[in-house]
Amino acid sequence: MTHWQPLASQLALKARAGLLAETRHFFAERKVLEVDTPLICPTSVTDPHIESLQLTTGDYLQTSPEYQMKRLLAAGIGDCYQICKAFREDEKGIRHNPEFTLLEWYRVDFDLWALMEEVADFIETVTGYKQVDYLSYQDAFLQFTGIDPLTIDKPSLIKAANKLIDIVLPDGSKDDWLHALMGLVIEPELGKQHPVFIYDYPPSQAALAKIATNERGQSVASRFELYMQGIELANGFHELTDSHTQRARFIEDNMQRKACGQKTLPIDEPFIAALDAGLPDCSGVALGLDRLLMVKLKQTNIDSVLSFR
Amino acid sequence: MGAYSTNELRSGLKVMLDGEPCSILENEFVKPGKGQAFNRVKLRNLYTGRVWERTFKSGEKLDAADVMDQDMEYLYNDGEFWFFMDPVSFDQVQADKAAVGDTSKWLKEQEKYEVTLFNGSPIAITPPNFIELEITETDPGLKGDTAQGGSKPATLSTGAVVRVPLFIDQGEVIRIDTRTAEYVSRAKG
Repeated sequence: MTHWQPLASQLALKARAGLLAETRHFFAERKVLEVDTPLICPTSVTDPHIESLQLTTGDYLQTSPEYQMKRLLAAGIGDCYQICKAFREDEKGIRHNPEFTLLEWYRVDFDLWALMEEVADFIETVTGYKQVDYLSYQDAFLQFTGIDPLTIDKPSLIKAANKLIDIVLPDGSKDDWLHALMGLVIEPELGKQHPVFIYDYPPSQAALAKIATNERGQSVASRFELYMQGIELANGFHELTDSHTQRARFIEDNMQRKACGQKTLPIDEPFIAALDAGLPDCSGVALGLDRLLMVKLKQTNIDSVLSFR
Repeated sequence: MGAYSTNELRSGLKVMLDGEPCSILENEFVKPGKGQAFNRVKLRNLYTGRVWERTFKSGEKLDAADVMDQDMEYLYNDGEFWFFMDPVSFDQVQADKAAVGDTSKWLKEQEKYEVTLFNGSPIAITPPNFIELEITETDPGLKGDTAQGGSKPATLSTGAVVRVPLFIDQGEVIRIDTRTAEYVSRAKG
């Protein structure tokens, strides 16, 4: 018999509607404008670890509304948020679906700390968690693996990682090894009691974040991630506004793609042009609403919060 | 044989790992933040039955293993090998001690077993969940003692020893759960 019933329970479907309503109320109260940008665009991300779905027309389904929203910011729209679908090829599992619901928002003149505070307010509003923890990426590694991710060299990192995880990474970069430790060893331990922000990433993992200096005088990316119950919920940046650095990072991404035999992507020129014209100093964050709902309803499989798959 | 990408691995697929055929038990997709994606895979080594846990970079490829499960009838043992026959084609295969393993104590002639073939040779024999076997030796049965109470050891025609209720007699045929090696009931009929 053909299975046709929804995956999620009635309760979960109603909780989803409730979460969307609460989210819109939260931003309306703070005078953050809801925007709606296209999901089908002629370009997409160059990030070597994110694959976009391409349509037969050559256009791409968006992996996040980031570039379009930043173009609105450069045009002077001010604080804005969006609730939309995002698409990522091959991401399938108990915490992943190739099509998922994203909440993304930008705050003008917010630094990383101000935005983390607002994310914490949002989490408290929708889940009731009052307390949050803050842990730097460096301290998280020191605490759970004994490795200093900012200073260790690659051979020592591989040696130390092999004692903790059974994995072979031929031609793995230093970042690949750090990702493996983060995903397999550290992540499952994060946010067991309270939501926890991991902040100040290695500069090589900056993506679209500004580079700053930490209290030890080391160079770090102004980027954070939020974890609850071992699940990554959100990723935020103090946004890079310099168009030349941004272009250099895209080119670097494509070079890395070429080296790994992946297809390269055209650079999003309107986005670079918008940065050129002037993106206001801002911080932004993308938060997975399906996963937030999972955590809220104490579910371990994303299927239990999706209507269909 | 072809190859599977780690994204395609699902429970039951047979692949080669470190030169040995394995069956996939679980495949968990792990992707940290904006980084490299991994697949944490649990596999059963079909030679040893041992469970392995291995993590792969997503998209890595594993060779498919030429493994198939086939229902075959047990024929006889020649002292070294156990012989099984495909009841449809009458093809026979011989399984060695490593392949038969603990299943030897449940082998009854004309009974059907699941034979796991790797490149055409048996590497594992799985008995049916329930099997009926005759008791060749046990203490005399206590008449009327059908209430719960003690049990006693009984040797079966295959050589296996199981515990049976006190009222069961030598020569009786009983039903055994091969997964737990426990007595279930007297055989019907």
